[in-house]
Amino acid sequence: MSERVAGRALPLRVLPVTALAGATRALGGGGGRHLIERHARVYRRTWLVLASGVAEPLFYLFSIGIGIGKLVGSVKVGGATVPYTTFVAPALLATSSMNGAIFDSTFNVFFRLKYAKLYDAVLATPMRSGDVALGEIGWALIRGALYACAFLVVMLAMGLLRSPWSAAALPAALLTGFAFAAAGMAATTFMRSWQDFEYVTLVSVPLFLFSATFYPLSVYPRAVQILVQCTPLYQAVALMRGLVLGAGGPALLWHVAYLLIMGAAGLYVAGRRVSRLLLT
Amino acid sequence: MPDDSPLIRARGLVKRFGTFTAVDGIDFELRRGEAFGFLGPNGAGKSSTMRMIGCVSPPTAGELTILGLDSVRDGAAIRARLGVVPQEDTLDVELTVRENLYVYGRYFGLPRAVISERAAALLDFVQLADRAGDQVEPLSGGMKRRLTIARSLINAPDILLLDEPTTGLDPQARHVVWDRLFRLKRQGVTLVLTTHYMDEAEQLCDRLVVMDGGRIAAQGTPRGLIGEYSTPEVLELRFDPADHDAAADKLTAVPATRREVLADRILLYVPDGDATLAQVRALGLDPLTSLVRRSTLEDVFLRLTGRQLGE
Ligand SMILES: Nc1ncnc2c1ncn2[C@@H]1O[C@H](COP(=O)(O)OP(=O)(O)O)[C@@H](O)[C@H]1O
Ligand SMILES: [Mg+2]
Repeated sequence: MSERVAGRALPLRVLPVTALAGATRALGGGGGRHLIERHARVYRRTWLVLASGVAEPLFYLFSIGIGIGKLVGSVKVGGATVPYTTFVAPALLATSSMNGAIFDSTFNVFFRLKYAKLYDAVLATPMRSGDVALGEIGWALIRGALYACAFLVVMLAMGLLRSPWSAAALPAALLTGFAFAAAGMAATTFMRSWQDFEYVTLVSVPLFLFSATFYPLSVYPRAVQILVQCTPLYQAVALMRGLVLGAGGPALLWHVAYLLIMGAAGLYVAGRRVSRLLLT
Repeated sequence: MPDDSPLIRARGLVKRFGTFTAVDGIDFELRRGEAFGFLGPNGAGKSSTMRMIGCVSPPTAGELTILGLDSVRDGAAIRARLGVVPQEDTLDVELTVRENLYVYGRYFGLPRAVISERAAALLDFVQLADRAGDQVEPLSGGMKRRLTIARSLINAPDILLLDEPTTGLDPQARHVVWDRLFRLKRQGVTLVLTTHYMDEAEQLCDRLVVMDGGRIAAQGTPRGLIGEYSTPEVLELRFDPADHDAAADKLTAVPATRREVLADRILLYVPDGDATLAQVRALGLDPLTSLVRRSTLEDVFLRLTGRQLGE
């Protein structure tokens, strides 16, 4: 009898843990750091790529933030009026986190998967497909952190960080990177040729342009607003803007949850698909 | 694990890709310290078998135990103790020669100091020490193969898997690779290799299986297989293409254990090739060329499958 009770009660408490342990055993994860170490070695020689990753979002900030900012003046957002540069900077940070993560997790991963046969070599060792997924996404995050730090330093110097909550901007940038890197890698495992990368552009460019990045969501009619609110970059922009401007409150946690779920789902799919493709 | 238990044990091992059966229920066992070979033509199922042993391809059916562990459940633990030289090199072209060993060792979670020490010794062993700092891409095919072999040894594996270690190499490069594999064998490393070169199988393997169409046609030692499936000597005769068929008919009068009429040659399997050649001449036949040679695994394969290995 007591055994039956235990047998019933146990799963409730233990199930998520054992399921997680089971998933780690099958897919791995911890070995991802070795893949990161490999990438770090390669990029020591190609630091120029890193430098351009730092510079690009800053070009946007100077051109759109300062240039267009001069024309536009200020924007009304959530009842407050802020200078346009202040308004657009957090969105550019979120966008650059997305772009960096997508670049790393699509082009680079596709090359390693189909041409360099890197993962074939990796999976012949004790590493598992989950290590590959986590390693790639981890690496995208490390690069993303570097870019975001540089961007935040410039924002700080320009007085664009309005709220103490800005301290959370870096973790928010990483969360954005995680969500898009995981989704990007998952999508990449379905791609058959370089031509399929047109889809990446087809998705990321409208996200960049229409996610209330350059103007407030209130510009759109109600139906379009709802549509935009469902898309991931809007979530990241709203989170970042909320933190930097100190507006939004606990509702920001919804954005966090959205991005977390997106990243977790992407990570899972990416690991599974790497198994499907290579462990045949 | 007791020392006499097999390192690899396969029972009824099957691999299917969709409806196509690449490996069709094979059994074999491998003991510590032996060099074991899969000899067979392209498409025989050698790589499919090797990938299952390497725990990167789940068997469709059957049992596969490696180092006493289950190949599916304990894949990572098994891979930690295997060295793998895949059919196609998977060297990291974004890294230098030395870094290839270093990074690969890290995939096994080996400490940096251990890897550095081993990498230096392994680069010496495969004669690539002077290329340690070079990129991989400019290396010759033979050098890449040797680097892959060095890489596969970084974790001091219990079993070394080599899938067609010398396919695509020129004769000189092949001999360098063979020489290195001989040395490993003498050091007591357990080798599993696949090949479609009968000379490679004959020279390197203590024991081998002849594979064809996903099945094992025969297994034994190279000498044993030749003794069982062929005669000590073979007389190879080549005639003018115009006379080829007529000569083949006439030759049925010459006593032979077995006769193979190939497109370009006629093979007579006999105990004494010179004596048989005299009989051929006595019949009034005058071959363009004649050759008396020992039987090889090629002859075993021909006998077992009716085809030549290269076909
Ligand atoms: N991933 C795969 N999908 C479909 N068929 C495959 C796959 N891998 C191998 N095969 C087929 O299985 C057969 C055996 O292949 P393989 O094991 O590579 O033979 P070998 O190494 O002896 O040349 C071949 O006919 C090959 O086309
Ligand atoms: Mg093969």
